Amino acid sequence: MNFPIFPPQGSAFAHRVDHLYFALVAFSLAMILLILLPMIYFLFKYRRGKKANRREPRIPEVTIEITWISIPLLLMVGLYAWGADLYFHEQRPPSNALEINVIGKQWMWKTQHPEGNREINELHVPLGRTVKLTLASQDVIHSFFLPAFRIKKDVIPGYYTTEWFQATRLGTFHIFCAEYCGTHHSGMIGKVVVMDPAEYERWLSAGRPTTSLVQEGEKRFRELGCSGCHMGSSVIRAPPLEGVFGKPVPLQTGGTTIADEGYIRDSILLPNSQIVAGYQPVMPSFQGHVTEEEVLELVAYIKSLGSRPPSESLGSRIEEQR
Amino acid sequence: MSAVIETRPADVLVTERTVKNYLTEGRTLRSWLLTTDHKRIGILYLYSILIFFAIAAAAAALIRAELITPQGDLVTSETYNKLFTVHGVLMVWFFLIPSIPAVLGNFVIPMMIGARDVAFPKLNLLSWYLFNAGGLLALYSIIFGGVDTGWTFYTPYSSAFSNSHVVSMAAGVFVAGFGSILTGLNFIITVHTMRAPGLRWHRLPLFIWSLYSTSVILVLATPVLAITLALMALERIWHLGLFDPKLGGDPVLFQHLFWFYSHPAVYIMILPGMAVVSETITCFARKKIFGYYFVAYSSVAIAILGFLVWGHHMFVTSQSVYAGFTFSLLSFLVSVPSGVKVFNWTATLHRGSISLQTPMLYALGFIGLFVIGGLTGLFLAALATDVHLSDTYFIVAHFHYVMVGGMVTAFMGGLHYWWPKITGRMYPEKLGQLAALITYIGFNLTFFPQFIMGYLGMPRRYHAYPGEFQIYHVLSSAGASILGVGYLLPVCYFIWSLKHGKKAPPNPWNATGLEWQTPSPPPKHNFEHIPVVTGPPYQYSAEAEEELQHA
Repeated sequence: MNFPIFPPQGSAFAHRVDHLYFALVAFSLAMILLILLPMIYFLFKYRRGKKANRREPRIPEVTIEITWISIPLLLMVGLYAWGADLYFHEQRPPSNALEINVIGKQWMWKTQHPEGNREINELHVPLGRTVKLTLASQDVIHSFFLPAFRIKKDVIPGYYTTEWFQATRLGTFHIFCAEYCGTHHSGMIGKVVVMDPAEYERWLSAGRPTTSLVQEGEKRFRELGCSGCHMGSSVIRAPPLEGVFGKPVPLQTGGTTIADEGYIRDSILLPNSQIVAGYQPVMPSFQGHVTEEEVLELVAYIKSLGSRPPSESLGSRIEEQR
Repeated sequence: MSAVIETRPADVLVTERTVKNYLTEGRTLRSWLLTTDHKRIGILYLYSILIFFAIAAAAAALIRAELITPQGDLVTSETYNKLFTVHGVLMVWFFLIPSIPAVLGNFVIPMMIGARDVAFPKLNLLSWYLFNAGGLLALYSIIFGGVDTGWTFYTPYSSAFSNSHVVSMAAGVFVAGFGSILTGLNFIITVHTMRAPGLRWHRLPLFIWSLYSTSVILVLATPVLAITLALMALERIWHLGLFDPKLGGDPVLFQHLFWFYSHPAVYIMILPGMAVVSETITCFARKKIFGYYFVAYSSVAIAILGFLVWGHHMFVTSQSVYAGFTFSLLSFLVSVPSGVKVFNWTATLHRGSISLQTPMLYALGFIGLFVIGGLTGLFLAALATDVHLSDTYFIVAHFHYVMVGGMVTAFMGGLHYWWPKITGRMYPEKLGQLAALITYIGFNLTFFPQFIMGYLGMPRRYHAYPGEFQIYHVLSSAGASILGVGYLLPVCYFIWSLKHGKKAPPNPWNATGLEWQTPSPPPKHNFEHIPVVTGPPYQYSAEAEEELQHA
């Protein structure tokens, strides 16, 4: 039988988390010894019937209390700051990452690569490249847990969450669903395969479909009739989408919001929640008509429009708002 | 406690022979079911929670049996999920929360403060009925198909996806919660208004300080749970859209509401344990508690800080990073008062006259296990390690160290300590010590391996798992069978002692608490004359004890 005591360290970040873990273990051991050694010593020395000095000692009680409150407290503030610093780093995905979508549904993981490759319960990634995962749930809350990279993020229906890692070790590691999600929760597992970049390219092209994620999204955009209102010379006035992604959008209710992935998702599924200033709430909801995977394709497409020059009407409206 | 009792020892003896005790005062079922005697209500609670403990323990045994092999081969996934839900719901709400407060607290609080009963005896009985009504609803849910949401009832799984008896189970917890609220209210008012003459706040035994703090949490937090579960059930029935993202709701909102109750509830499940330990450590070390004020106010600090840390259950839900910082820091801070207690207990042993009788062994076991449970809490308070560890077996191990290693160990210790007072009989000492030792070994073997497998990445609530974790599951299951023996043994000798145990004197441990100034078992109204208290608690003398030994 296997007897592992430590999970594989798949990334530099995993090493950093482990260092904090070791520090916590050391702190705990020190505290345990500090409490249990005197306790055991007293148990022997002051056993009833054993000769010992039992006169009520004169001890500066308050000084002792303050000492054993403040020293562990200071050490703990250090451990706190260490943990917070790593967490901050972990919650901020760097730009220029390879972006992969992960969709959790009872009880499987689906992944979408930008090139259009799709996987089920597997995630192939290149070594050394920062990978940013956008997580979406089709049904209940799941949690995308990669123990080898010491990262985990809940996958929550209703909005996108993200997590990122940069693999520094080749190999195959576990993917677990960590949030209980129903009957076959323990079957919602998979593997992440870290490959040499060249091999990753070969893997991509071997399984590459004819259309990329963006192209798939564009197709969907036409099929669902989005282009009818949002594109070029339409009769119905709908906000044009070129150059919108990542920019502030003025809202009917005043103020602006940044057009990120979550905003686009909401605009498709709950279009009345945030109306762009100057437009009528006429867009129908696509709730129930599109899966989370299809929404992510649409998001990819609209994101790709973001690099195009903004259409004049919207650009000037943003200026007016300012 | 240096109390001047108006009765002389001779009177006590006369009292014992002529006046009925609370057990012999009425022997009919009716006299029990309609009793307003706090001691009898404590016993009624003991019966109820033991039934729930037995069911929940049986569920745990099946879970551990299933996990011996990596494949899900003993029960189906549906059954497995229902088993851990039953285990969690019953252990938390129908055993741990009422264990020390409702059983031991009911029995000893009035006697400890020199009162003849709690402030509202009828309300006290109503609490027990509410508790059982909730328990019956829970049993109904289990017998007629079970619930598979886990004890946490997370939405949207509970509100929109689960095909099980979610609403009736939540209703059970909801109803039982009112029992908790009323018990808390009763204790608070009892402590405020019914203390014996001279028993000032700073002369109160630490048991009272701890249970007072517990009661405050019960009264303030339980209504939030009731509201949360009600909202979840209404969402399930009428699709209100509070937690359903399709209707614009937010499923994580449920977690905030749920943990706003359930994190303070964790302290409901440990403060009473600390209460017992403060009593037994002093008694069996024959020492005044070290740092009375620090131990007393640390209970209050835990009760307050406990309300401010709920967000540490949501570090991986994409809660704001800055909220994470705040909750993490507060979670570190809440460990300080717990640490203070442990340090003071250890210091209390210094220059004591220590006897390792059963209640003391449990108290020492409590410290050993609670220290590990508390320190591993820091791994979960620290943000970066929590991300890796949340929802793994590390968490499972951590909270079992606190709730079972801490609370259940203390409950066993308290039950042994007050058993002579409750029943008028002594339990067999050697067997008691043996059971304490078996429990300690079994407990560590069950739960320590879970820390290691948690860091390895083994997620909780998994019916089947990758083979590399098997060794730890096998160790854990082996430990659980030892632990089972450790819990069964006391059940056997406690029952045996009811008939065959040595008759207990009024104060077998030479303890100072007022409850020991009554006969064993006490008469219906505890005190012939209300005692007058003239000094601080725990007036033990190790030196005097030694002289007594040598004499």
